[in-house]
Amino acid sequence: MQSNFITMDFQYTLLILLLPFLSFLVLGICGKWLSHKVAGLIGTFTLGAVAVMSYYTAFVYFTADRLADGTFATFVPYNFEWLPFYIGNLHFDMGIMLDPITVMMLIVISTVSLMVHIYSFGYMHGERGFQRYYAFLSLFTMSMLGLVVATNIFQMYMFWELVGVCSYLLIGFYYTTAPAVSASKKAFIVTRFADLGFLVGILVFGYYTGSFSFDFTESATYAVGALHGVAPDCAKAVAAGGFILPTALFLMFLGGAGKSAMFPLHIWLPDAMEGPTPVSALIHAATMVVAGVFQVARMFPLWIQYAPETLHYVAWIGAFTAFYAAAVACAQSDIKRVLAFSTISQIAFMMVALGVCIPGHEATIDNHGSLGYMASMYHLFTHAMFKATLFLCAGCIIHAVHSNEMSAMGGMRKYMPVTNWTFLIATLAISGIPPFSGFFSKDEILAASFNYSPIMGWIMTGIAAMTAFYMFRVYFGIFWGTENKEYHEELRHHGHFGEAPLVMTAPLVFLTLFTVFMGWTLPGGFGAYVSATGTEYTIHLDPQIAITSVVIALVSIGLATYIYKGSSQPVAERMKATFPNLHQWAYHRFYIDEVYQFVTHRIIFAYISRPIAWFDRHIVDGTLNGLADGAHYIGEKIRPLQSGRVQQYAYVFFLGIVILFFILLI
Amino acid sequence: MNFLSIFVIIPLVMLLALWLVKGQNGIRAVMTVGSTALLGMSIYLTVQFLLDRAAGADAEMLYTASFVWFEPLHIYYSVGVDGISVAMLLLSGIIVFTGTFVSWDMCKEYFLWFTLLSLGVFGFFISIDMFAMFMFYEVALIPMYLLIGVWGTGKKEYSAMKLTLMLMGGSAFLMCGIFGIFFGAGGQTMNITEIAHQINGAHAIDLGQQYIWFPMTFIGFGVLGALFPFHTWSPDGHASAPTAVSMLHAGVLMKLGGYGCFRIAMYLMPQAANDLAWIFLILTGISVVYGAFSACVQTDMKYINAYSSVSHCGLVLFALLMLNQTAATGAVIQMLSHGLMTALFFALIGMIYGRTHTRDIRELNGLMRIMPFLAVCYVIAGLGNLGLPGLSGFVAEMTIFVGSFQHADTFHRFLTILACSSIVTTAVYILRMVGKILFGTCTDEHHLQLTDAKPIERFPVIVLICCIAAIGLAPFFVSNLVTGGVTPIVQHILAVAG
Repeated sequence: MQSNFITMDFQYTLLILLLPFLSFLVLGICGKWLSHKVAGLIGTFTLGAVAVMSYYTAFVYFTADRLADGTFATFVPYNFEWLPFYIGNLHFDMGIMLDPITVMMLIVISTVSLMVHIYSFGYMHGERGFQRYYAFLSLFTMSMLGLVVATNIFQMYMFWELVGVCSYLLIGFYYTTAPAVSASKKAFIVTRFADLGFLVGILVFGYYTGSFSFDFTESATYAVGALHGVAPDCAKAVAAGGFILPTALFLMFLGGAGKSAMFPLHIWLPDAMEGPTPVSALIHAATMVVAGVFQVARMFPLWIQYAPETLHYVAWIGAFTAFYAAAVACAQSDIKRVLAFSTISQIAFMMVALGVCIPGHEATIDNHGSLGYMASMYHLFTHAMFKATLFLCAGCIIHAVHSNEMSAMGGMRKYMPVTNWTFLIATLAISGIPPFSGFFSKDEILAASFNYSPIMGWIMTGIAAMTAFYMFRVYFGIFWGTENKEYHEELRHHGHFGEAPLVMTAPLVFLTLFTVFMGWTLPGGFGAYVSATGTEYTIHLDPQIAITSVVIALVSIGLATYIYKGSSQPVAERMKATFPNLHQWAYHRFYIDEVYQFVTHRIIFAYISRPIAWFDRHIVDGTLNGLADGAHYIGEKIRPLQSGRVQQYAYVFFLGIVILFFILLI
Repeated sequence: MNFLSIFVIIPLVMLLALWLVKGQNGIRAVMTVGSTALLGMSIYLTVQFLLDRAAGADAEMLYTASFVWFEPLHIYYSVGVDGISVAMLLLSGIIVFTGTFVSWDMCKEYFLWFTLLSLGVFGFFISIDMFAMFMFYEVALIPMYLLIGVWGTGKKEYSAMKLTLMLMGGSAFLMCGIFGIFFGAGGQTMNITEIAHQINGAHAIDLGQQYIWFPMTFIGFGVLGALFPFHTWSPDGHASAPTAVSMLHAGVLMKLGGYGCFRIAMYLMPQAANDLAWIFLILTGISVVYGAFSACVQTDMKYINAYSSVSHCGLVLFALLMLNQTAATGAVIQMLSHGLMTALFFALIGMIYGRTHTRDIRELNGLMRIMPFLAVCYVIAGLGNLGLPGLSGFVAEMTIFVGSFQHADTFHRFLTILACSSIVTTAVYILRMVGKILFGTCTDEHHLQLTDAKPIERFPVIVLICCIAAIGLAPFFVSNLVTGGVTPIVQHILAVAG
């Protein structure tokens, strides 16, 4: 009875989706008649309401009593058949499902999105297309929220595609510049390609298990009138073939790998930085790019039960991506690109954490077997906050110096104190220095990795060290290092140089508060809310791993300080000079983009599309034209027979008689 | 008089009125009133049909009526509608209505042919007599020749001739097929439902005969549905046709193909459909992938859209041949969705072409700043075409893919995955086109002087976008409407074919 009451309480969650959508419609259709201020306020206030509702949901949800088995109840306040498929239990539903990871994502999305809305007032001030910008932000937020509250895979896929389109629209926001246009196209096509895997995975999954529902155990509490989901019949799928579910899940993971920029589908994310910086913070750092991680986490009960062996691939793909991105990040000079590669690397950390969460690997360290899942979600949460901070800080800096290149910066700490401090705290967090949130979540990931295999553990520790190194490299490059004094002087001359306005710095401070306090003030620790089994999970730091990782991080930071803090950087120059090839390769991202360029343009366009088009015009159509010409030709040849000359007719006539006569004779 | 016949009578009255009125305003008045009446009637029919169905009218065809036309050959003018025809009539109503506004400045003769074409289309969808259907089909084809040949652009005579000859070639096959069915089923009736259910003197068609008449009928209709390798009329024809004719042609006329394949070829010859489906599945599978790849390297906007139509219409036939309810429902939704989207596309291309006088994507850039309304709508049309959720294409494609994948045979599922791959290729050519013509900065100074759409141009575009969004946001209405028509046919095919 009580759970029913609570479900009724969650009816308002529909507004969480509807409000941003309405805001999108209003801004999208009437935008050009609204002033910038009104448009921005509509978007921001809607999002404010959404954030309030999300926080309220989280509060109510997590303070409610746990069920008898120690888990939080899963609520489905809405679920209805949106598109029938007329096959058994297969139908395309739309609904809202609240479970711990959904509620956590609601917090992440609404917080970052609200901060970005507020921040954009300052960043996008006076830009052409301001209304359009807020409309797209609203649409994106709606789509992302729809993705996380999905009650079934198809709903997830639908919103998945929508966030892809929003990302396309926002990357291409400055559509008059060629790089933005090609970056948006690239982002959409690469993720679309990955989504093909997702779609086929869904089809395979639906065909064999007969259901798309996320209610795997049929234990969710449905509100009155909501359509009940039917658990996928995995036993049937296993009976049809042991490889089927792993294949389906892996195909879905491919979609996730595309959105979450796993190697080799990562190539779109660095280019996505062509969009306005707040968009990068929201979409390409904090929310959309973790959709892949969220998807694997959502399907995790099936992964762990039916495809544990396939999780190894997830883990190693993640580990390689983390390493690759970290290596590339060390050599980039564009601060947004460094952050982009660091995002790739950190998301790969989350993937690794999910991949190493395999039963049978829990013997070495006492962690109840499901550390990786919790660690992954934890890192997702903390990373969203500090990475959003980093990007918004980068936005402030770019706003001040009008360039993304580190060469235009240096010594910025004097001019932008708030940005400096928030950036530093976020950098410390991403490097894994206590007491900032990143330390706690990263430590759990490392523990889970060690748990899986010491090799994986050391690899991830090494990558964590690289993270600290390149993040401090970029920190010193911006705020210390060689100052581009002439340029700064020139900028000051124009009068726009210095700390960003309050509307931009306030979100930074707010997000930094999360980073500072998340790790150690959350009552019961993060494990009390989200864990693989759903039951309460007590986080206890493993001192060995914690100390090792902190020491290694400190060493890297020290190294970065030694190399990059000074006003001249002899060591860095010497390193560059000693390994010119390595630096070049890393700077050019190991030429992966060029490989893609080659394959798409030189092979697909030149050897598939063009020949097909040629074949169509010349062979298929040519045959038909040939038929027409043939008919024409024969007609021309027969025409003399109908010449109208009596002598000719008589001649033919008598010739015919003679021939007939001979034939009859014989 | 049966009220379905109104769909034929209104165009007839319009023809008469067009012939009588003088002056551009008179023509416009007649066309506006007439096409609004047609649209109104099709909306009324949809509502009435849904109400009657809800009230328990479960006959396969509703509002049936029959009048003798030519007794010795058992040719009747028989009408009746099911969910599929209602959906198609609604589509035709919308396209004719919007097409009228798109061709606002055209002359009287153009509208005469245009109305005659609509008459054929509407007649085709209300008929349930094979011969009456065939006749209306021909009525719809002939005006196309003049509309393209006289009011077209580019190599219009060549295109008009090619299109007409190819479609006429298809008609020849079709006529053989129809008479084959008629005599194969006993030569007593031309009525589709009677032949299918073997009443009124009809008996099952011999399997041997089915093997001959099925391919003929299917190819006959397939030519119009852009079946590979009989699709080449489509790029040339669409490229040369005037805007509203392209809309009507790609939006409605190409649907006649899919509709006919399903209603005549597959419904009346179920065994052959079941046995020979694999051949046509391969051909349509090729259409889907091949059309999409061809579109990737085209430079003329209309060619891109024409090849895209080949790909999307290929998907219609592909799904129909999967012989299950979901896929067939998806196919009909795809007909609707493609009809609306492609009409929108052609309308926009026509409006852009009317301003820039070029359709070459290499010569266009930065139009977003110059004509924002058209450009935004163009982006919406493009995103709809590549399956943006919330617009109709997504709904249709997902229904088709889920349905097709339900086929128990590995071959079919493999083909489905192949067809799915077109969603990536579609994204490539749509984004390539959108990126080239709309984004970037305009370098052609003549284009900088151009103006955005006039209110009379905006109106049809907005109507089409609203329809596309309506299907995309609330697909259950359409899906339920359509599936009611699909179920008896699919069940019949499955029951007979085993």
